[in-house]
Formats: sequence, C-alpha cells, structure tokens
Amino acid sequence: MSPASDSDQRIPLFVERQTYRRRRIVDAARALPLLGLLLWWVPLLWALPTQPVSASTALIYVFAVWFGLVAGAGALIVALGRTRAQDKP
Amino acid sequence: MAGQVLLIEDEPNIIEAIKFILSRAGWDVATHSNGVDAAEVVRARAPDILILDVMLPGRSGYDILRELRDDPGFADLPVLMLTARGQSKDREMAERAGASRFMTKPFANADVLDAVRALTGA
Amino acid sequence: MLNSLAAISVAYVALLFAVAFFAERAARRGRGNWLRAPIVYTLSLSIYCTAWTFYGAVGSAARNGFEYMTIYLGPSLVLIGWWWVLRKLVRIGRAQRITSVADLISSRYGKSNLLGVGVTLLAVIGTTPYIALQLQSVTLSVEVFGHPGLPGTQGPTSTAFWVAAGLSVFTVIFGTRNLDANERHHGVVMAIALEAIVKLAALLAVGAFVVWGMSGGISGTLERIDASELGHWNVQGGRWVGLMLLSAAAFLCLPRMFQVLVVENDNDTQLRMAAWAFPLYLMLMSLFIVPIAVVGLDVLPEGSNPDLFVLTVPLSQGQDGLAMLSFLGGFSSATSMVIVAAIALSTMVSNHIVMPIWLRFTTGTASVSGDVRHVVLLSRRISIAGVLLLGYLYYAMSGGGTALATIGLVSFTGVAQVLPAMLGGIFWRGATRLGALAGIGTGFVIWLYTLYLPSFGPGVVLPDSFFAEGPFGIASLNPNALFGLDGLDPLLHAVLWSLTLNTVAFFAASLFSFPSPLERLQGAQFVNVTQAPGSARGWTQGVAQAEDLMVMSQRIIGASEAVALFQQAAREQGLDGHLPEPTPAFLQRLERELAGSVGAATAHAMIGQIVGGAAVSVQDLMAVADETAQMMEYSARLEAQSAELSRTAAQLRAANDKLTRLSVQKDAFLSQISHELRTPMTSIRAFSEILRDAQGLSDEEQSKYASIIQDEAIRLTRLLDDLLDLSVLENGQVSLNVGQGLLRDVLDRALAAASANEGERGLEVVRDPVAENIRLHTDTERLSQVFINLVTNARKYCDATAPRLTIRVEPHEDRVIVDFIDNGSGVATESQDMIFEKFARVSDQKAGGAGLGLAICRQIVVRLGGEISYLPGQGGGAFRVILPREFALAAQ
Repeated sequence: MSPASDSDQRIPLFVERQTYRRRRIVDAARALPLLGLLLWWVPLLWALPTQPVSASTALIYVFAVWFGLVAGAGALIVALGRTRAQDKP
Repeated sequence: MAGQVLLIEDEPNIIEAIKFILSRAGWDVATHSNGVDAAEVVRARAPDILILDVMLPGRSGYDILRELRDDPGFADLPVLMLTARGQSKDREMAERAGASRFMTKPFANADVLDAVRALTGA
Repeated sequence: MLNSLAAISVAYVALLFAVAFFAERAARRGRGNWLRAPIVYTLSLSIYCTAWTFYGAVGSAARNGFEYMTIYLGPSLVLIGWWWVLRKLVRIGRAQRITSVADLISSRYGKSNLLGVGVTLLAVIGTTPYIALQLQSVTLSVEVFGHPGLPGTQGPTSTAFWVAAGLSVFTVIFGTRNLDANERHHGVVMAIALEAIVKLAALLAVGAFVVWGMSGGISGTLERIDASELGHWNVQGGRWVGLMLLSAAAFLCLPRMFQVLVVENDNDTQLRMAAWAFPLYLMLMSLFIVPIAVVGLDVLPEGSNPDLFVLTVPLSQGQDGLAMLSFLGGFSSATSMVIVAAIALSTMVSNHIVMPIWLRFTTGTASVSGDVRHVVLLSRRISIAGVLLLGYLYYAMSGGGTALATIGLVSFTGVAQVLPAMLGGIFWRGATRLGALAGIGTGFVIWLYTLYLPSFGPGVVLPDSFFAEGPFGIASLNPNALFGLDGLDPLLHAVLWSLTLNTVAFFAASLFSFPSPLERLQGAQFVNVTQAPGSARGWTQGVAQAEDLMVMSQRIIGASEAVALFQQAAREQGLDGHLPEPTPAFLQRLERELAGSVGAATAHAMIGQIVGGAAVSVQDLMAVADETAQMMEYSARLEAQSAELSRTAAQLRAANDKLTRLSVQKDAFLSQISHELRTPMTSIRAFSEILRDAQGLSDEEQSKYASIIQDEAIRLTRLLDDLLDLSVLENGQVSLNVGQGLLRDVLDRALAAASANEGERGLEVVRDPVAENIRLHTDTERLSQVFINLVTNARKYCDATAPRLTIRVEPHEDRVIVDFIDNGSGVATESQDMIFEKFARVSDQKAGGAGLGLAICRQIVVRLGGEISYLPGQGGGAFRVILPREFALAAQ
C-alpha cells in the first residue's frame, strides 16, 4: 500500500530454490483452470452429426476431467502448503 | 635596381634594423608605425613590396591585408608578414588573409633580404 | 405418510434451530474454532446448489440432455482457478470489511452510494423470482406426497406462505443476532453446512438406489443411458460454452454466493480447501443426475413432471423412506438458499437504501452510536421479512407455472451484469465510478428488456407485437433479435448483448472519465490488496473524537502544524488543552487545511467519515492518510533530489565553462608571452647580426646599435622579473612581511621611486598629508610596489599638457580608501574591465612595460586583503585602492 516500500522492494534476479519452486507451483495453479476450460470444450467437437458420441462416453469423459482437475488442484494446494511450511520453519 | 619597400611595424628598434638591412641592399625603405591608416599609406605609396607586422596599434595586420587583397589594385602586391607569435594558427591566419610569405620573429637578417628579393623577383 | 412427513419436517427444522443455536453459543463463548474449519466453509458454499439444481437438474437433463452440467462446470473452474480471482476477492473482502456485493462495488468506486443502490436493486429484482422458485419447489414436493399442502394449511399458496414465514423467523433470529453486521453468522453457516450434507446424502442415496437397485450396477446403467432418448451427446455448442461461462460469472456475483464466499470468509486456508473440495462436491451432486433422469423417463408415466423425478422415482418403487430423505434434501436446498439470500439482500437493502434515507431524515442524531446500531438491526430485520414477502408475492402472483430452470438462468444473467465492474474494479486501477455505472446500467436495461420481462411470457408485460415485429414496428429492437441478431437462442442472445454492451460501456466510460481522489485511493487499495495484507480494523463507528481528527491531521499536514492548528483552535474556544471541540466551524476550517494537502473531495470525505461515522473505518482513513503522507514525502524527496541534481549540473557546467575559459586564457597568455619575448629578441638578433656582418659602420652607429641591444636585453629581464613576480603572487607562494607603517611614508617612498625611474616628464602630484597620517598594519614593501605602479602609469599615460596626479585618502573605520586620479583622458569604458588582465595594454603609446603592472597590483592588493578597481567618472584616469587597516591572516 505504501509507495515508498514498494519502490524500496528490489525484485531479485535469482531466488532461493524453495521460492522458485513455489512460484512454479503457483504458475501451475494458474494454468489449471485454463486446462480445464480447454478439456471441457472438447465436447464442442462432438456436435458433428456424422459421428455421434454415445452418452456413456460423454459422461465418462466429462467426469474423468472433473476428477482429474479436483485431484490436480488438491495436489497443488498440498505442494503449496509444503513449500510454505519449509519457508517458515 | 631594387624598388621601394614599405614597412609597417610599431617597434622602433625593429624598424631601424630592417631599414638598415634593406637600405644597404639598395632598397628604398618607407616606414609607417600605425595600423589605423596603414591601408591608405599603402595605396598612396604603392610600394613594390610590403612588409607587414601582425600586432599593430589600432588595427591588426590581418585586417589591413584583407582590405588590400579586396582592392584589385593590390591583389597581387607581394606581402611579407612578420609576427612575434609563432603558433601554427597564426601562420594559417596569415595565409588565409593572403600573405605571400610569413616570417616569425626573431629572424636572420639574410632571410629577410632573401624573402624580399624572392617576392619581388629581383 | 402425511403425518410422518409433517413430523419429520418439524423435527428437521427443530434440529436446524438447535444446531444454529449451539453454534452461536459456542462462538460467543470463544469455543468456536471448529466453526471456522475449512470444511464448514466448503460445505456452506453448497448453497449454490438450490432446489433448482436439486430438483431442476434432473428435469433439465430429462428435457435437454447434458446441458445441466454446465451449471456445475463453471463454478468448478472458478474454484480450481482460485489463485486468479477468489484469492484476491476474499482478501479485499477481509481488508475492506466488505458486507455485500453492492458494498464491494460501491466501496471500490469511491464509496458511491448510487452504485450501491443500483447493485442492490439489480440483486433484489434478480433474486426475488429465485426465492419464489424455492418456495414453489417446497410446495410442489409436498404435493408429490399426495396432499395439496402442508398439514394444517389450505392449498399450495398457503404452504408457500408458511414456509416463507418460518424462514424469515429463522433468518431474523440467526441472521441478525449479532450487533456487528460484519461478524460471521456462525449459527447460520453451521445450519447450512448440515443442510449441505443432507442434500448431498439424499441425492447420492437416490442415485445409488437408481444405479444399483434398479439398473444393475454401473455398466447396466451406462447401457440403459445409451439406449434411452438421451443416448447421444446432444448439447448445442453455443449453450454449452455460454452457460458454462454464465454460471461461472453468476457464481462470483450472486449475492448469496458472495455472502458465503467473501463476507463469511475468515482466512485463506478456508479457500484453499474449498478450491478442490467444492468442485468435488459439485461433481458428486451431478454424478447421478443423468441416471435418475433416464430411469425416471423410463419407469414413470408419460407427462410426469421431470423436475420431481428425484422424489417420484423412489416413491414409485415404494421406497418411502428414501423419498422422505429426498424430500429433506430438497427442503434443505430450498431453505438454505432462501436464508442466505435473505441475509445478503437485507444487508444490501439496509446499508444502501434504508440507512442513507434514515440518516438523511435524522441529521444530527447519528453521532450517538447506540442509536445507529439499533436502527441498523431493525432495518435489516424488516428487510429480511420484506425480501421473503416479495418472494412469496412473486410466487403467488406468477402461479408457479414456469419451468424451474428458466427462472434460474434469468436470474444468473441478471446478477452477472455486476461482473465487469467487479473484475475491472479489482484488477484495473483505471476503472471508474462512471464506467461502473454505465456498464451496470447498460447491462441491466438490456437484461430487463431481452430476458427478464420476456420471461413472463409474451403479452404479459411486453405486448405480443414486440416479439412479432419489434416495438412500434422497429424490427431491430425486437427483444429476441436485438439489432437484427436473429435465430439465436433467446438466453444466449440476451447474455451476449447484455454482457458485451455492459463491458464496452464500462470500459469506454472508464477511459473517458476521471476518478475522484477517494476513488483512486480505493482503486489502489483494491487492486494492490495481495501485495500488502490488510490490517486488522477494530474501530467502532460513531465515537469520533477530536483526537482521531488530530491523529489523522498529523499524518496529512505534519505533526507540528497539526498540533499548532488544534491548539490555536482550542484557545479560540477558550479551552486549556491541545484539543478543541469538533464544532462545525472548526471542522470546516480543518477541512480547508486538509484540502490544501489532499484535495477538497478527499478531505471532505475524511472529515465526513470520522465525524459522521459511516461505512468507512478510521483505520481506512489512516491508511489513506499514511499513503498520502508517504506520497508527499516521496515526492518531496524526489524534488530534493532533482534540485540537487540540477545544482550539481549547474556546478559542473560552471566548472566546465571555467576550464574552457582558463584554456583560452592560457593560450592567449602563452601567445602574449611569446610576443613579448620575441619582440626584444628580434631587435637584439637583428642588430647583433648587423654589428657582426656589416662592414663600414661608423662608431656612432656601432654605439647606437649596441645600446639598442642593451635596452632590449634590460626589457627582457624586466619582463621575466614581472612574470616571476606575478606567478609567485598568483600561486600564493609569496611570504608577506607584515608590519606597522604610516600610509604617508609608504606614499613618499613610492613617489620617490617612481620619479627616480623616469625623470624627464614633470608630473604634478597633489596630496593631503593630514589625511595620509594613518597607521596601517600591512606589508608596506608590497603596498609601495602597488603605488609605484599606479604613479608610473599616471606618468606614462596621462596625456594632459600639464599632467597632474591627485592622491586622495579617505579613512574609514576598518579600512582606508586611496584614490589615484590624473587629469588625462583616462581609460575607455569598454577597456575598463580588462585593464587588470595580464598583458592588457589599452593605449596606443609604447609603454615599455610588458603590460603586467596592473595585474601584479591586483594580485598584491588582494593578497593584502583589499581590492583595486578602476574608478570611472573622475575626469581622468582613476584607480581606487581599498585596504584593511589591520591585515588579517584570515584574508589569506
């Protein structure tokens, strides 16, 4: 909030391995919803009347992606918590 | 026989020396020691050769020479310039102003005589 | 059946009351840590799954296939992408003590009440049908059990009425229990969490029964699905994408979702768990929707309401207990939504509509804090009852005919109009109040016209002709084909136009408007919230003190100024201490003072907030003041630095100029030296050559030439002496021989020496021996050298026929002025400032000297602590020497 302290902050070029790891985890957390959006837009291709996709396949696909995203989000949050715990022993 | 020399110089002793040297070689030497009316004196006398000092009271030798060179009647007058300042830029200025020859003080008497002879073709 | 339904319902409601009550009590006794557990937070988010999703999802699947999933997929993505929006939103909510979505928008855009009112209206209009929908679902579900209404009631409308009444009692008791509007509603949240478990369990139980009890396991179910009329993927692409994004937007903007997501949030850990657990919850909720729908279509007679399959399928199989559980699940979904929506709406209505009006009509009494709190609570209670009444009236009037899902999506689209202003507000500092007003206003109007009003059906609100050929025959204004965009799904059409034009208006108006100072500060605090965690804000409203004003003022106008200002005001009020009474006159004056530092609008808002005690805390203002002070300090530092830089640059420029001048001077000096040395050398060389070479020189000539050589040699020596003298003086290496002496004696010696040098010209010297009788403490030898030079100059250059030199002495207290004035023509004005330079020779006459005399004089006088200058206007050459009477070593 304070402009003075903001300006005093220096962004270091190289950071500790932990901090670096943590930033990459955050990157992954940011990318995950985009991946989800992409995967969930795959059914758009199924609308072609020539090759109808059966309902069971569709259900399995959508729920598999769903489960994958939940697992991914959970894993990233656990990883994030671990780097944080190591940051501040 | 050699002709008339006009010497424009402000140092009395130097005037005397040059006058002596050239007179003994047969030149008719006229002198003038002020810069302000030097150009008029040159026009009035119309000498065969002009010996001109750079540092003159009232007007610099370069200015006098430039005025003379602008006058068609004196554009080809042989002019020997003398200066006590021996820097290369003084030589350049003299050449730009239109000096036929440039000598640094102090000089050897024989050199002055040779220069006057060479310039007048005598 | 009916009695057991009644008994179980009453027991369930009693359980909810008990849970809420004990949770509240535990929280009040400080044993409420488990109430903030992340799992409770996650479960409370389940109010997203209302009766619309509990019953309506199966109905939607039966009618439209897989489209229902989009409603769950959107929010799942929002939570999985928590790092993007939710993390920031939740932190802003905590830091700014946001009370509702309307408060967020209003606070971000300069605490604009107009925006607060607008968002509140939008929320009320959008949510009322939704509440009606919940009431309808409860009524329908009761009817399923073979009775037209709840026990002891007559007809569906009265069921709805009693449900509404009961909910308002519960909400008033547990939703407005706390005096502080910002405290968490632990009782409500616990009850909702319990309901979340009940509805998930109910849906999973029905789903398990359908899959394993009726379809022979998973593979059997999948085969049955493939064989049914839903056997192929049949979702329209536009709706699949559009509804997914719409539900994601609505998830963030729905007042009840904002309430549980942001207002009730306590820490980031809660959000971290919800980020993966809530998508899991949504997945489980939607897992069995298709099987239930398929089986329902299969086993139930043609024309059964698919919205009620969740109840009717177990009932048709004689599973009364399962059906009862399912009923409780639906009941839970409906009630939890209504409770939270009522709390959220009542907060908004109370804070942005009721309170401003009340404050306007009771100006002056608002400073009593107890009063305000009482009024806040009362207004919120009335608002809760009012919101539920509105929902009931909507239900009663519409008759409950529309398919459930339609109302839900209409509502979603309405609240989603807040999204551009919300996201713009937390990510873009350039978003302005005008932009938010323009965006929300545009979106609201288009939504009303293209979706909300048509949702009542053609001919109800908008005439049939509007849909046939457009209003007044203008086809491009047809509510279903705006600007000629025909052939699109009406919902997508409305979503597309409202959100697009909303965003465009928001962006454009933001770009072209200029925010107020308060707005800009708020914008900075919102956008930068993740960089600096918000401080705890514990200030209680309405106890404004002069001291608060003082603390704030000190941070803005500086400590000593603020103290002085307050002290003076206190004295003027006849008070002894440092603090004056905050009288209107004093406040006005203080505001003016502050306006000088932070601008009028901010100053006004600050004073207004501290004294008036509105929605902004003193800590907020302190933060603003701190920021302002820091910015001022920062800019002052920058200014100082830049001033210093320009000073340094000027010094460097001066030094450079001086060096350049020195270099030119050195060139000129060398050139002069050369000239001065070569001139005598020329004569010496020429005559020595003549003496050597020329024959027949007379004795007279030889003697003359030899004496010329001698004269010039002497001249050379003198020049070298002068040069050395000057060099020594200039370098400060000369050692002065300071002693006592009479000025008259020094002058006598100088005149004698000067006349000894040149005797042929008579110079009359006029003196005043009395005035010269001054005792000096100086180097008399050096001083006499100066006088000799000046007298010699006069002798040389005075061109009068009867040259006369007047020496005038003027004693002063600590110094003596000696003027040397001759009666000659003097020095020309343009030459006067350069006669003290080396080799400066202004006269046409030959002077014999090297032109160093006056330069040496000046060096000596300066060394003696005095000064020498040319004195113009004396009718001749005139030099003035000023000498100190006592030579001070400090002068060196």
